[in-house]
Amino acid sequence: MATGNSTLPSQPKVETSRSGLSRGQDRKPITVFAERYALVGAWIVLAIFFSFLRPDTFPTIGNLSAILGSQASIAVLTLGLIIPLTTGDMDASVAFVSNLSAMMVAVLNVNLGVPIGWAILAALASGALVGGINGAFVTIFGIDSFIVTLGMGTFVGGVILLISQSNTISGVSDVLTQAVVITQFLGIPLEFYYAIAVGLFLWYVLEWTPLGRRLIVVGRGRNVARLSGLRVQRIRWGALIASGTISALAGVLYVGTSGAADPTSGSQLLLPAFAAAYLGATCIKPGRFNPIGSLIAVYFLVTGISGLQLLGAQGYVQNLFYGGALVIAVTLSQLTRKREEISPGNSQ
Amino acid sequence: MIPENGGPAALRVSALRKTFGGTVALAGVDLEILAGEVHGLLGENGSGKSTLIKVLAGYHAPDSGELQVRGKQIPLPLAPGQFRDLGVEFVHQDLGLVPALTVTENLRIGSYAAGERRFWLSRSREHREAEELFARYNLTINPSVQVRLLPPVQRALLAIARAAEGLRNSPAVQESGGGLLILDEPTVFLPSDDVQRLYELIRTITSTGSSVLFVSHDLDEVLQITDRVTVLRDGNLVGSVDTAAVTADSLVQMIVGRQLQIATDPRGTAETKEVHCTIDNLSAETIDSVSFHVHRGEILGVTGLVGSGFDEVPYGLFGAGPATSGTLTIGDRAIDLAALEPVLAVAGGLALIPADRGRDGSVGSLSVADNIALPVLGSYFNGGVLRRRRMSKEISTLMSDYDVRPNNPSAQYSSLSGGNQQKAVLAKWLQTHPQLLLLHEPTQGVDIGARQQLFGAIRAAAADGTSVICASTDHEQLAELCDRVLIFAHGRMIHELTGQDIQKERITELSFGAVSTK
Ligand SMILES: Nc1ncnc2c1ncn2[C@@H]1O[C@H](COP(=O)(O)OP(=O)(O)OP(=O)(O)O)[C@@H](O)[C@H]1O
Ligand SMILES: [Mg+2]
Repeated sequence: MATGNSTLPSQPKVETSRSGLSRGQDRKPITVFAERYALVGAWIVLAIFFSFLRPDTFPTIGNLSAILGSQASIAVLTLGLIIPLTTGDMDASVAFVSNLSAMMVAVLNVNLGVPIGWAILAALASGALVGGINGAFVTIFGIDSFIVTLGMGTFVGGVILLISQSNTISGVSDVLTQAVVITQFLGIPLEFYYAIAVGLFLWYVLEWTPLGRRLIVVGRGRNVARLSGLRVQRIRWGALIASGTISALAGVLYVGTSGAADPTSGSQLLLPAFAAAYLGATCIKPGRFNPIGSLIAVYFLVTGISGLQLLGAQGYVQNLFYGGALVIAVTLSQLTRKREEISPGNSQ
Repeated sequence: MIPENGGPAALRVSALRKTFGGTVALAGVDLEILAGEVHGLLGENGSGKSTLIKVLAGYHAPDSGELQVRGKQIPLPLAPGQFRDLGVEFVHQDLGLVPALTVTENLRIGSYAAGERRFWLSRSREHREAEELFARYNLTINPSVQVRLLPPVQRALLAIARAAEGLRNSPAVQESGGGLLILDEPTVFLPSDDVQRLYELIRTITSTGSSVLFVSHDLDEVLQITDRVTVLRDGNLVGSVDTAAVTADSLVQMIVGRQLQIATDPRGTAETKEVHCTIDNLSAETIDSVSFHVHRGEILGVTGLVGSGFDEVPYGLFGAGPATSGTLTIGDRAIDLAALEPVLAVAGGLALIPADRGRDGSVGSLSVADNIALPVLGSYFNGGVLRRRRMSKEISTLMSDYDVRPNNPSAQYSSLSGGNQQKAVLAKWLQTHPQLLLLHEPTQGVDIGARQQLFGAIRAAAADGTSVICASTDHEQLAELCDRVLIFAHGRMIHELTGQDIQKERITELSFGAVSTK
């Protein structure tokens, strides 16, 4: 069992080498507040900016509904991702798992005539299974989680092509599309509320249960967690199973939105999910991956993209925006985390 | 060895003030370090010693104050790293080594960062240079081993030697003939037999005209090594005095500002108590088939020289270290030590307070409450939610019981001073009322007042029926705290001291004697 206190991909420990001391910050409450809500502020500014430039298309109910509804799948995916990120593990397979889940629903329901309920259950189970395999390699064999999940993701991508024969499969039961996208509440498709529900649930777990505290301790100090009697490996494994299952749920929402599953959509979701997770870690609870921040980040990003598209930007703007956002978000979250973690060693 | 008053002071700080939010860490402190002297900086936990040093390191920006280096006015705040241009080097308590890199790489971090002039880095040449360096300071450290694999002692020596070397090579020092080496509690990681080596190293450094600022809680050490001392209390300057003119008692009074009651412990009643824990044939890396027992409520010390294996005892009994065989029987439950995991140890009523507080004992980036509550989180989970308010309240009470200052459960753990961090770790485990409490160097970095408080807490736990095993090389601490002391050498238990035999000198004698009778 690998129980070492290795340097974790998502939780870079600040190494205080001789030259590594930087100035300590002493923060006033106002700065703390500004930092927590900076992203919310930026979101509002962005919305006002686009409303001003495109007064007849941007600030409309239709556009709001589109923005909020269309992102449920990415939002849920991001929420799944932050669980292993919290325990200090990477999960690069989430997007492929969600794609697999979408494809399984389509293949089972459309090609094999399996009732939609059973198809969804099977899809969720496949996500849990992939997460379980990831976790087994990471905890039993002590392999780096980034490598394992990257490999598993690619493997899953192959499975998708295999079971779909590389075809887009459409015609999924409209029971699902009804429940996901067609039915609206307050003018917004139900899937938006599903994403919010998952976010709230995760918030509850992370903030209000002992498990949530344990997840953070495992991510921040493996050795401390182990010596405090936590089942570190079991917790990490569980986190990867959870991210697999929740990613599969994102896939169900995806297939429910379009009524179809295509074999290559997975790779397009990977970057947005990571961008949102890291951007989310810069707000609400700066320095920590947190569900509320993640949701805000998802909608911040899509607001920017859809606004730019309304201004006439081409499809490539999506790549520019998500790619740029990821790098900036990681930089920002690194800075805030540094502040949370830095102190000359554990200080005297 | 008081240097003549001719030249300017190596360093002079005046009216230095630093606050953190509402906390006044330094309230206008003066400090003068003369050229070529060893200067001690003393004070209780949280009195501002580390803060003062971090200002000099350019880590904290002071609110106000002035700095002169060798007579030259230097504007504050200092930029990070600027100290090097001034001929000042630091060894912080965390030592500032990168665990995943080798010894050689750690030695060369500075020059890699400064822009290596050589294009081709020859590994063998670097190793040779490292070996030369160690030879200069009389050390035996393998240059190609990863630092995380070094024992703490060697890590400390490496860090100090590296800083001394930095000083030796500094243009500022070569020009003026004297630099300043600042050591923030360098000896807490060092067993007493190695401290001597450090003294020699320090004397070598001062003989070249450099000065040393030395932070320590160990008064004997301070009296032995320093020329002058400065004492801080609650961020204020109490005074600077010549070491030759003070005694341990008068220093204590300066530090705590009152007469300290050293509790005389009622010891020696252990024989009458029942045997609580039995350890049979414990073997690990060094220790070989050691058997002993602990009575209920007894405080058992284990000690020896570095490498004697005594320090494997607490980890081996907790499943945290490499026990290869052995059985621990608590009451009538037998635990196989080779298969023990910390999870099971905790469930079985054991608690371990490791020596390396930063790495194993606590998560610096989380709050004090999160750290303390970790073993008892479940008890705050009620009606489907974590009762955070109750948690914060109870932890605040616990913190005042153990005198953790400031009493703010939501403060970041790493913002506590060293001694307060240690009190918090003790609180974390004693609240679980363990059957067997395993301690490794429990009072390192803890001031004399707090040390008495920690001893008090440990004794109170013992009186409540907790059995305690304390592994330490602090012989004074063992003499003061323990009911019985086991001395190890070469992986075996060679002496047992009880009752009146438990004297500091006797423990030291037997630990060393063990080597010569090899
Ligand atoms: N980064 C920080 N943020 C807030 N408060 C701090 C910070 N660093 C230090 N303090 C506070 O400043 C005071 C002085 O702390 P400092 O670390 O200088 O004490 P110390 O004398 O080094 O103690 P010890 O002997 O325990 O190491 C303490 O009350 C401490 O809690
Ligand atoms: Mg200190």
